[in-house]
Amino acid sequence: MELIKDGKRLDGRKPDELRPIKIEAGPLHRADGSCYLEWGGNKIIAAVYGPKEAIPRHIQNPTRAVINAKYNMASFSVGDRKRPGPDRRSREISKITSEALENVILTEMFPRAMIDVNIEVLDADAGTRCAGITAAAVALADAGIPMEDIPVACAAGKVGDTVVLDLMGEEDQEGQADVPLAIAPRTENILLLQMDGHLTVEEFDRALELAMNGCQQIATMQREALMKKYQSFEED
Amino acid sequence: MERKIVIPGMQVGTTEQHKQGRGTFREGDKIFANRLGILEERSGYLNVISLSGVYDPVQGDTVIGVIEDVSKMSWLVDINAPYPALLRVDEVPWRVEYGETAKYLNIGAVVVVNVAFINEARNIEVSMKGNHCKKVEEGIIVDIQPSKVPRVIGKNGSMVSLLREHTGCWIFVGQNGRVWIKGDDDKMSLLVEAIHKIEREAHTPGLTSKIEAFLKGERD
Amino acid sequence: MNISSIKKDYLYRLAKQGKRPDGRATSEYRPITIERGVVNMAEGSAMVSIGNTTVLAGIKMDLGEPYPDTPNKGALSTAAELIPLASPDFESGPPRENAIELARVVDRGIRESGTINLEELCIEPGEKVWVVFIDIHILDYDGNLFDACSLAASAALLDAQIPNERFEMGENRPLPVQDPPISCTFVKYNGTIVVDPSLEEDEVAEARYTVAVDKNGDIRAMQKGLSGSFTVDEIRQSIATARQMAPTIRKILEG
Repeated sequence: MELIKDGKRLDGRKPDELRPIKIEAGPLHRADGSCYLEWGGNKIIAAVYGPKEAIPRHIQNPTRAVINAKYNMASFSVGDRKRPGPDRRSREISKITSEALENVILTEMFPRAMIDVNIEVLDADAGTRCAGITAAAVALADAGIPMEDIPVACAAGKVGDTVVLDLMGEEDQEGQADVPLAIAPRTENILLLQMDGHLTVEEFDRALELAMNGCQQIATMQREALMKKYQSFEED
Repeated sequence: MERKIVIPGMQVGTTEQHKQGRGTFREGDKIFANRLGILEERSGYLNVISLSGVYDPVQGDTVIGVIEDVSKMSWLVDINAPYPALLRVDEVPWRVEYGETAKYLNIGAVVVVNVAFINEARNIEVSMKGNHCKKVEEGIIVDIQPSKVPRVIGKNGSMVSLLREHTGCWIFVGQNGRVWIKGDDDKMSLLVEAIHKIEREAHTPGLTSKIEAFLKGERD
Repeated sequence: MNISSIKKDYLYRLAKQGKRPDGRATSEYRPITIERGVVNMAEGSAMVSIGNTTVLAGIKMDLGEPYPDTPNKGALSTAAELIPLASPDFESGPPRENAIELARVVDRGIRESGTINLEELCIEPGEKVWVVFIDIHILDYDGNLFDACSLAASAALLDAQIPNERFEMGENRPLPVQDPPISCTFVKYNGTIVVDPSLEEDEVAEARYTVAVDKNGDIRAMQKGLSGSFTVDEIRQSIATARQMAPTIRKILEG
């Protein structure tokens, strides 16, 4: 299969183009903050509960809040049904997601507390961990959690010997490298960075540049989604 | 200043022109919002008033709490904040002997209290000795999002007066998102629906007239 | 007087007058919306909301061996996940008894109505059959999971295609599904029985009763839950109410 032909990818995109993304802030009623996000074929829902007292007590940190992010894929979200429950991949993603979010959350404002972030992948199409962090960030803002910035994530990779932005399903499976990136868009500080595959240093630089750029575009969409929900606030 | 919606990381001012208030943080000489909310300026301070999220206790707030634990000389009160608050025996209107605490307030008891003290470690203490403070013995408690409390009260209490007038119910709005109402069951039912309607439609214009129409039984 | 008794007493007083906290009649459902085909990766899917309760069901199919006692039939397996995002009271971890009972009751309704023609899912008797997995995720919990999950499972089945293409067995075709059951759930508190409990009503419920009715008004499954009791008359009355409500709900399901 030719992943790139005449400068166009399998889904018609150019190498530096993002898939269509749709973000909705606050769709859930019970959660303190939530976000529903569609990204290409991905459908993700994120919910935040907290800050609340950290229990059991042994997980409490006396000087700051503990961020508990859990990434999970629904059984029906993938081609071959996934058995319910966390597997090693979800646990790793949960850990690096918690760490990315922790960086920007003003955790010292809530010693001994915890903030639960639940990310559920309902429909998967490559790039779910980036979509998950992006959705979680909006849910955190929606929940009024104090943060220095709204984190955003996006991946770049290499397919058909070309460095491209935002891999889709087949590109992820057949491609030569995958570089997920999460940043705090205001400062461009890197909060999450992984890589697997084979890239020269120049190719990696290009991938990083593309992913950074992608992140900034998505950061604008996150802000719009939040403003849209609260824009019509008026006092009469 | 116009009411402006701000989000975390948005710059809202500089240290030359403003003082840093609630909901903001500073980097160098720039002041940024640290949460989603409405930017307001008060006495030279830039504050971001939260539009969502859990209750963030402020000293002086009057809130409705629920006793969650009883000790020999104190109680722990759930005030809908990330932390329970401490209520000491010397901060209640009764003279309580050592070990007799449960006789006055047992687990699940509902009380109106003032937030007396919060320190940097987020230890919160409440007191039952202020105005309005009492034990809730009748009526019902309605839970709303704390950020919607100003909407239920209204400018100069306009909304809460409207609610009282049209339902004949007694209403007390706790700053922590718990509302205590007393009245006939049918009226309380109508009032509960009105309160939830205010919550749902808090961001829409003309809310006061809509609620008035609803209470009068007119259709939207 | 404590916080839980305050709420309970109020609901009890309203119940004595045949009233409910949100103003509904005792046999009134909240608005029901059903959207099919929401998950591309699934063989079938549906999102259902009853009031503010929202659940999502996905169907996945795989090839497997039949059960030894039914060599000519495909297999069906139903699971429900009370994921923590749906409620501050849901914890992460393997399904506990609530989720297990929920899944088994939904499964029973579908199985006993013969909704899926399991014989048509047999590929090689005794050797190879299609296995249908129904996975239900609760997204927003505001009462009455039994009916929301049952509707979502049924709607997802109606949306499902046998994934022949993925297994290189020819073209995809619709899963043979007909006449799913309609489940109606009632709770009892202070001697009053109400249908489609909201969250508050679920919290004060002393006893719960679910009955699944087919298109002819016959009964296919039942489940009584919680530690309170029902009288025979109360059960009969509930069955009558369910048979009365089912056709309207069925119309929404069949779209």
